[in-house]
Amino acid sequence: MSQLTEIRWHARAGQGAVTAAKLVAETALSQGRYMQAMPEYGPERAGAPLKAFTRVCDEPIEVHNNVTNPAIVVVLDDTLLPIVDVTEGILPGGHIILNTKLSPAQVREQLKVADDITVATVDASGIALDTIKRDIPNAAIVAAVVKVTGVVPLEEFKAHFESSFAKKELVPANMEAIDRAYEEVQQ
Amino acid sequence: MPEKKILSANGNQMVAEAYRQAAPDVVCAYPITPQTTIVENFAKYVAQGRVHTEFVTVESEHSSMSACVGSCAAGARTFTATSSQGLAYMVEELPIASGLRLPIIMANANRAIAAPININCDHSDVMLAANCGWLMFFAENAQEAYDNTLVAIRSAEDHRVLLPAITALDGFITSHAMERCELMDDETVAAFVGEREALYPLLDTANPVAVGSYTNAEPHYEVKKSQRAAMEAARGVIKEYGDKWAQVCGRPFDMVDCYGCEDAELIAVVMGSCAGNLRHVARELRAQGKKVGVARIRVYRPFPAEELAAALGSAKAVAVLDRSETYGGQMGPLALETASALFQAGVSLPLKGYLYGLGGPDVTLDDMRRVFRELELLAAGDASVDTKVAHLGSEKEGE
Amino acid sequence: MSAQAGGAPRKWDVSRVDQQSYKVLPLGGINPDGGNSVDYITGGWRSERPVWSEEACKHCLLCWVMCPDSSILVQDGKMTGIDYDHCKGCGICVHECKFGTLEMVSEAEALAAEGSVR
Repeated sequence: MSQLTEIRWHARAGQGAVTAAKLVAETALSQGRYMQAMPEYGPERAGAPLKAFTRVCDEPIEVHNNVTNPAIVVVLDDTLLPIVDVTEGILPGGHIILNTKLSPAQVREQLKVADDITVATVDASGIALDTIKRDIPNAAIVAAVVKVTGVVPLEEFKAHFESSFAKKELVPANMEAIDRAYEEVQQ
Repeated sequence: MPEKKILSANGNQMVAEAYRQAAPDVVCAYPITPQTTIVENFAKYVAQGRVHTEFVTVESEHSSMSACVGSCAAGARTFTATSSQGLAYMVEELPIASGLRLPIIMANANRAIAAPININCDHSDVMLAANCGWLMFFAENAQEAYDNTLVAIRSAEDHRVLLPAITALDGFITSHAMERCELMDDETVAAFVGEREALYPLLDTANPVAVGSYTNAEPHYEVKKSQRAAMEAARGVIKEYGDKWAQVCGRPFDMVDCYGCEDAELIAVVMGSCAGNLRHVARELRAQGKKVGVARIRVYRPFPAEELAAALGSAKAVAVLDRSETYGGQMGPLALETASALFQAGVSLPLKGYLYGLGGPDVTLDDMRRVFRELELLAAGDASVDTKVAHLGSEKEGE
Repeated sequence: MSAQAGGAPRKWDVSRVDQQSYKVLPLGGINPDGGNSVDYITGGWRSERPVWSEEACKHCLLCWVMCPDSSILVQDGKMTGIDYDHCKGCGICVHECKFGTLEMVSEAEALAAEGSVR
């Protein structure tokens, strides 16, 4: 399988990580690619730490298991950093993108990340509170992932978001969040 | 012209789409994780008027299967769906449906059976039904959950078969993971599945029949013989409709789906969503020049013994991966079927049964690598590997 | 005695059910010819039989309601006799009758009185 990209998402239940995992996957599908998106399954409890996974590939994907060696790790909640090893299994040359007020340097020091791993941070929750007025950081964090990794193009992502988002009246605020996060992400 | 729509969907959504397109007269179901979203989606289609089905909500799975038996005997195209304890609760009635030759269609989202209570994937539930006289299809992914459902409907209702069918998909892994899928247009599917022509419909009041009468020993035995004959007939019928559907959708339908088996010396046999994990590793190994293969069972009842024995023709050692137990049996159920298939074909091979993923542990590629590594040793006669059943999965403290 | 006397011939002859292969038996143990229990003679199971005296009968039909084998023969709302081909001699009709018009007698004696011996 050439060009298989695997993403692991870390969040707390209720933050929209599964939706974020699907947004990336469905954007890839809209480009005619193959994809998978799924949470790590178990009983759901709001606030509990969870993982979700996205696979994107130009060819059909035949594996059906958890992503253990992600090229991209996304953390939607920095309070997970002391309790979850978010860097576990990350591939050499990989990317970690976090929703946090911390700087990339601060995260790099806290996590003792290898030099060849890119660390990027964005205050996706702050942007979400400014724009959509709720702490649902998933649209903003995906925009940061798009900027840092190029896993899908920004325009494709925005077009997919616009066409698929059920609450049409909230689309402009989300578009603002996406644009801001795309600009404000630091690495 | 058939038209395909590419969409993102999980297995449960694809089953619900297949159900909608096949337009059943009656669906009776009771919710249970991880099946629930099948009937939830279907109920939405009924509410939206997209399908005209009598949707019967019942108070238990036992009632659900009872209602299905009555409805199917009345002549209605009848579907349901269940999982785990729900299927276990239906087991009393599954042989009634097959003994009465009622082509009920039931999706099962494969889930562990308590105790301990657990909601994740394994095949312990669906294997309770393996000897109940139902056709059994196993999907590898969401797309196959759709394709299998349509082929199952057509095969079950064919008068050469007239048996109920379970279409199994792995809980969560297939039922809930979103994948790229293809949906055929409604008209094409409607033409493929046709309309059910019931043989002795209870609602045909001009020709009254009695269903479920007591039978003495001799006629009872004859009914049992007829069920085996129907299963034998189903082999050809499933292949026929599988091929026909393959022509429509462009995806092959094989009772045994093979990768690399034509020259493989080490072959792993498996069912369900784990097959791709094995093939992924098999590709790696073949790139290194190792002759390995994967044979995936897509139709478990009737068991494609001859096809499997043929697929294993070049093998020097065979591994069989089971996601359910026989506790005290020699191996898991698929391994036992595989051993029988080889024995009946006059083939004697080292065969090792593995158990994996009971109650849902992630099935890693390292597990798959271990299978082929041990198979290689087994084929070479290395004494460090025996043919006793073994458990895949991470090593635990205190082992 | 047969229900189809003068009617359409039966679609299925149940009398050969123990000898027939599934290849000719109806699928799934189904009886494709509802109402054919009249063809299955169960009168030979009796050790006693009810005997009816028409004179005292009020035609209340309680016996007809209660008979588990539909063996009380009725025409135009009036009892006409007993179907001895299917009566198993359970005696419920005798128990139910409030007017003493039914009594149980030994089957052997009844047969002897008829001039037939079992």
